Amino acid sequence: MVAHAEIRVVHRGGSKINFREPVITNDSRFLLCASGESVKVYSSSSEECVHDLQGHTDLVSGIARNPSNHLQVYSCSADGTVRLWDFTDGILIKTFIIGYPIYSIYVSEKHGGVVFVVVPMANDKSSELFQLVAVHLPRSGDQEVEARELSAVLCDVSPSPGAASFGREGEYVAAAKGLQLEVFFFKKQKPYRFFLKPGIKKGSKNAFTCVSCHPKEDCIATGHADGKIRLWRNFNQKKEYTYSTLHWHHGAVNTLQFTPEGTNLLSGGIESVLVQWRYTQENQKDFLPRLGAAITHIAVSPDGSLFCTSHSDNKITIIQSCVKVSAIIQGLVKSEGVRTDLMIDPRSKALVLNGKPGHLQFYSLHRDKQLYNLDIVQQEYINEEGLDQFEVVKAAFDAHGDWLATVEERRQKGSELEINLKLWAYDEQTQSFVLNTTVTAPHEDQITAMCFSPSPETTMLVTISFDGHFKAWLLADHSDTKEGASWSCDFVGGYHLLKPGCCCFSADGSLLAVGFQEVVTVWSPSSWELLTTLSQPPGAIRDLCFGRLSCSKYLLGTSTKNQLCCWNILTCSLEWSTPMDVSLLQADPLSENIAAFCSQSGCSDLFVFKPGEPRPLYSQRALCTGKVQHAIFAPRDQMLESCEEHAQWLNRSQLYFLTQHMDLMTFSTKTEEDRLLASSKRLMVDNSVAVTPFYLLLGKHRLQQQQQQQEALTNPMAERIQLPQGSIAIKELLYTPAHVLPSASFLCSMFVRSLLISSSSAREEKEPVEEEMESEEEDSEGEAELRDARQDLEGSAAWGPGEELGTPALTKAQERELRRVKHFDHSWLSSLLEC
Amino acid sequence: MASFKPTKIPIYPKLGEKVTPDTLYWKNYKAPVQIKEFGAVTSIDFSPLAPHNYAVTASTRIHIYGPFSQEPVKTFTRFKDTAYSGKFRSDGQLLVAGCEDSVVRLFDVSGKVALRVFKGHTKGVHVTDFTSDCYHILTGSDDYTCRLWDIPNSTELTSYKEHTDYIRCGTTSKLNRDIFITGSYDHTLRVFDARVEKSVMTMDHSQPVESVLLYPSEGLLVSSGGRYVKVWDLLKGGQPLVSLKNHHKTVTCLGLSSNGQRLLSASLDRHVKIYNTTNYKVVHNFDYAASILSLALAPDDESIVVGMTNGVLSIKHRKSPEEKQEVAGKQRVRPVYRVFVKGRNYVPKKDDFFVSKPVKSHLAKYDKQLKRFNISKALDTALENRKPDITVAVMKELDRRGTLKNALAGRDEQNLSQLLNFLIGNVVDPRFTPVLVTATEMILDIYQAVVGQSSVVDRQLVRLQELVEREIDYQQDLLEVLGMLDTLFATSLPRKEVPCPGSSRPNGLIPTLSH
Repeated sequence: MVAHAEIRVVHRGGSKINFREPVITNDSRFLLCASGESVKVYSSSSEECVHDLQGHTDLVSGIARNPSNHLQVYSCSADGTVRLWDFTDGILIKTFIIGYPIYSIYVSEKHGGVVFVVVPMANDKSSELFQLVAVHLPRSGDQEVEARELSAVLCDVSPSPGAASFGREGEYVAAAKGLQLEVFFFKKQKPYRFFLKPGIKKGSKNAFTCVSCHPKEDCIATGHADGKIRLWRNFNQKKEYTYSTLHWHHGAVNTLQFTPEGTNLLSGGIESVLVQWRYTQENQKDFLPRLGAAITHIAVSPDGSLFCTSHSDNKITIIQSCVKVSAIIQGLVKSEGVRTDLMIDPRSKALVLNGKPGHLQFYSLHRDKQLYNLDIVQQEYINEEGLDQFEVVKAAFDAHGDWLATVEERRQKGSELEINLKLWAYDEQTQSFVLNTTVTAPHEDQITAMCFSPSPETTMLVTISFDGHFKAWLLADHSDTKEGASWSCDFVGGYHLLKPGCCCFSADGSLLAVGFQEVVTVWSPSSWELLTTLSQPPGAIRDLCFGRLSCSKYLLGTSTKNQLCCWNILTCSLEWSTPMDVSLLQADPLSENIAAFCSQSGCSDLFVFKPGEPRPLYSQRALCTGKVQHAIFAPRDQMLESCEEHAQWLNRSQLYFLTQHMDLMTFSTKTEEDRLLASSKRLMVDNSVAVTPFYLLLGKHRLQQQQQQQEALTNPMAERIQLPQGSIAIKELLYTPAHVLPSASFLCSMFVRSLLISSSSAREEKEPVEEEMESEEEDSEGEAELRDARQDLEGSAAWGPGEELGTPALTKAQERELRRVKHFDHSWLSSLLEC
Repeated sequence: MASFKPTKIPIYPKLGEKVTPDTLYWKNYKAPVQIKEFGAVTSIDFSPLAPHNYAVTASTRIHIYGPFSQEPVKTFTRFKDTAYSGKFRSDGQLLVAGCEDSVVRLFDVSGKVALRVFKGHTKGVHVTDFTSDCYHILTGSDDYTCRLWDIPNSTELTSYKEHTDYIRCGTTSKLNRDIFITGSYDHTLRVFDARVEKSVMTMDHSQPVESVLLYPSEGLLVSSGGRYVKVWDLLKGGQPLVSLKNHHKTVTCLGLSSNGQRLLSASLDRHVKIYNTTNYKVVHNFDYAASILSLALAPDDESIVVGMTNGVLSIKHRKSPEEKQEVAGKQRVRPVYRVFVKGRNYVPKKDDFFVSKPVKSHLAKYDKQLKRFNISKALDTALENRKPDITVAVMKELDRRGTLKNALAGRDEQNLSQLLNFLIGNVVDPRFTPVLVTATEMILDIYQAVVGQSSVVDRQLVRLQELVEREIDYQQDLLEVLGMLDTLFATSLPRKEVPCPGSSRPNGLIPTLSH
């Protein structure tokens, strides 16, 4: 097949923002977080992404403020570099090449020109041992500097950035790993090691999880796997060290942080509760409960006014120090599996998939931002390991986005499967979905597929279950009673007690195809009559899909025995079939195209084809590793006008897919990228100057002045128009309110100047009109002379006869005037030349 | 920060009647007023005149009650034997009544002694009525005759002897002074014209006729007898229109609501059923304590009066709209006006620092306990609740949190017996069974060691066991019935050949259908 260089597979949004601890800037205005291979700068008040600092070539593994310049940050990455950024302008200032993959970065105010990084002990990447090294950053003006001056501080440390912390005034560094706490004093150049017993008895796990040092006193707080927090004191000697224990968390303490003044200690864990302990009065605690998901990192702004917590559901919460949530930055939530599949909300055109436990998330693909979460389960979420939670397993939208159907499921050990089918109506007033009907136990077994009828007459939902039945649900209006419309079961169907696996409505909703293992049954939804059965053994039917528009007479099916079949519904016969291990079939709702993802030798291939045509429109081998299980066609805002044949299928809609590693990818064409580039450029130019009334007044005037000067230099003809242009300035002066005008002294000279007739034109006025009747010959002669003169004067040929020829539609009077001016100029310039 | 999400109490689909405008209309009556009469109340008739007094015939008396009085306004006692069918004339001045002693008496409503006495029947007179011209009286008697009498002369005008059994009901036309209809125990309804010697129409009810009713338009006739209520079209020569069988005992009395849109029937099965007269479907149902003999509706449906065999007269008055509001007002003491406006009209000054107050959310008691993870206390509070659906919802929530076993454990005898009581009451309810079976199993697991220590708990456990066994038998029976029905349905369904494409696979079986 032909390789299409113009169509590229690109990452599109939804990157992880909770990988490392975010950093709040000194003025608390910005929040920086590592996001994949870039650093994102968010505004802490508006939650918007301000800059995307790109430059690293591998995962960014840490960010730290530059203690000597509050407008700069360091970032480190697994690509072995430390980069210094100006985050307000989004500029890369310097790159320090360390040469080893870096896992975390620390800076200390007392150690100027030194950053501490965690790198593997051995050179190879597979090494499991890590060390903390101090890197002396060379002072050099170059953009890229090699920093080879490394000195090891601590050996055998944990690569997690929370497992080391710098103490009071950078005098010591504490690092924890396993059951050992190591404190290294820089003055004495001596480490102290403290050990805890494993303590597996009594269910306590003493392993360290995180460390934080008090900024003003000699105190180290450590978090442990069993939820305890220990405060260590007197650790500058081997024997007489002491520690006190605090216990509130029931799960492991994920992160600990002292506030900058050391008055409070913040801790967080799986309970998703931010706990604020008063230092020295530890029995006084403040809680901020129900933050949504397990807390993974806590960061505090340098002035202590803002806290921010990262959560396991790809979210950053910004909290004011009075323990009140002020902003939430939410990325695309990626749970282990997208059980609901990808969907597009027909109203907002947002991508819809599982989000937080028990929620559906609506994610805008164009803005790369989560729009909102819809709480499906509507139950208090209990953070506890080993608890069976309700999960949203299926969801479906009807054609107009008026109805949303969701299935939630909870399987508990030793008891029945709990299933709820919920139907949500779109409420125009609140602009969100409102629960209309809940059906408890709609089927006796798992619901495997669900789809709405696309026909405009009826609102019908079909659910397919492993219990061997499919059910049709209809919206019934109870107008005689006070209750509104609700859903009820209309029909229960089955076929020889076989287990149905998939279902699909035809484009007009007149046919329903249900795949019962090897057999495809085609039903008429109006009468619930079994119209025909189609079968192509061996292999159970895996996926079914009707063609659209001109291909709506075709029904496509994939089977487990690597067969892709296409039936003609009109003749009820097999049109064609091809051996192909199709893992996913997806129809474009706006065109006839169908995308088939095939898995072959650990890679996924993509074929885009029309059911009626033998040749695929587009094919790409080795799209990504692993099976592609989820894909969706998202309609475009604007249609692309790509004329290449193989790229035309991307004109109306865009194909998004999720790889095995849950990366959201899409196909991008050259025209699209060009357009994106152009729009971003235009945006930058537009934003360069702020538009104020003052700018409107002065800026325009200055612009005019500049133009006039240029014109005056290049074309003496422009002198004529100078007066009316000046009068615009006068008019503007007169009509602008006085309080926004610049000072009178400034304006006065400008005003007077604009009224004055320049000396040259004054002289011109005095010239008698006798010379009007000069011959053409003289004129051309004078012109030639003038040209020479001008070339001599400026050394540039900006004005030529061509310009004059370009204005042939002059009236007689104008022509006459022009001639006079030329004549005058000629004499004046020649006089100049003479002297 | 999200707030605590309270426990979701599932809304179960309501079984039984749905809330329709009809149920709202007919439920809008106050609690009935009960008056004890001396014997079975055989007849009730409302006066057509304004205060709408009503005459109640019971035993040897006729009482006239005012619309809201519980004591009789007037009593007629001059009967030698059981009185029947006290009826007002259309001007409300005269009242006629039959008697078991075959004498028909006519009273002035303001007087005491009978104005006229009509003698001629040989047996008890159960039917009396005025004709529409007000000058004649219709009577029907157990001597199989019905007669017309002249009031001024107190003489008998005509006598019809066509029925072959007791005449127990009859009515006169309100539009034509000569037409009247009688119903008899000989299963027939006869329409008479006073100008003609013989009956002009005969209809066969095929049950002893207990009551007849003419529609205001007089095009339709309703008769009741046995368990049936039948509607006849008089304009089509007495063609039966519809036969209703909604009672399971003899229907004794019929009534029509004031707008003629609803038909009421009262029966010995102690029910009053209300039908829609356009489709003859039952729209509402009243229950009474005893078999009903008589029923009457006040004009504008202001009250429903029902007389029963045990001599109790039950009067239901319609709630007036003001009264409804008054009741609502009494239930809740409203805060004074200034409570609502307090602080609302305060305009912040320029330098004021605005401190937003968090909205306080009100949680139920059990939710407060759940929020604090006090699981045992949450279950206790839920058990105190009278509504089983709330208790079951809390149990389900505890089960979801994986702490139901902990909440159930560690209870003393009293607590445990309370829990078992709840289980006995609700475990077989199909709405709660899935949750409560888990809970029951857990209780048995936890407390099996202490079985035999407390007689109270043991007795309850035995009861629970019996209950579960009975339910299992019952479910088995139901499944058997379901199987039988499936067979019947399967044989009655037409066999249809499904078109099968190609020759890849034979396929001639019908799809399994189940509803």
